[in-house]
Amino acid sequence: MDRIPILRMGEFLLVTLQVDMHDQLALRLQDDLTHMIQAKSAKGVLIDISALEMVDSFMGRMIGDISGMARILDARTVLVGMQPAVAITLVELGLSLPGVDTALNVERGVQLLKRALA
Amino acid sequence: MATVCSAGELPIKSQQDIVLGRQAVRRMAQQQGFSLVDQTKLVTAASELARNALTYGGGGELKWEMLVDGAKRGVRLVFEDHGPGIADIEQAMTDGWTSGHGLGLGLTGARRLVNEFELQSTVGVGTRVTIARWK
Repeated sequence: MDRIPILRMGEFLLVTLQVDMHDQLALRLQDDLTHMIQAKSAKGVLIDISALEMVDSFMGRMIGDISGMARILDARTVLVGMQPAVAITLVELGLSLPGVDTALNVERGVQLLKRALA
Repeated sequence: MATVCSAGELPIKSQQDIVLGRQAVRRMAQQQGFSLVDQTKLVTAASELARNALTYGGGGELKWEMLVDGAKRGVRLVFEDHGPGIADIEQAMTDGWTSGHGLGLGLTGARRLVNEFELQSTVGVGTRVTIARWK
């Protein structure tokens, strides 16, 4: 079965969500990522969604869940790269991702994590 | 009166069908000249409703129509399942209410993302949700 790759960037983990994942793949990521946070003692997770042309409530929930799971495992999550059309749609859908930190791109996401951990 | 310029049907039987359905709806919206934001809204609404049809209705079909009404162009989508139906439609159309494990945003959220929304459901027969978005 397919997997979403998780890259290590120093003390952080980087996940790039690709266009149009099916639901099972998204769920598997929760599993893989939480294991990886523990195995690598990662302090931060960057989820890059710049390639996603849409985020529906299922994916929104998954992102929120990952953020919550990571927090319990002592890692901060930053969602980076959301396209403007996706942001407009998400808020109209009723999903404002409370409790999820965001940054415009990976670079700023890394800065945010470094500041938070300093 | 809107005229149908093309129409078709897609299955909603698996998670992969939801992905394929999203891609098909994106192409329709592009072909009708929708802006990127309007495309995204329609595709997101379609994703919510296709997932509902699969998760709660045990699968079904997506019927689509590309519409022309004078200078206006639109896409109409009908999501049909043959599942248990919705007993209390008013409750189902409440933000945050869910019969399953979702956020309860599927139906209400989808309604906010489109121009036309109609929900018909008969207990024991199935559910049909019709949406349309105009450019």
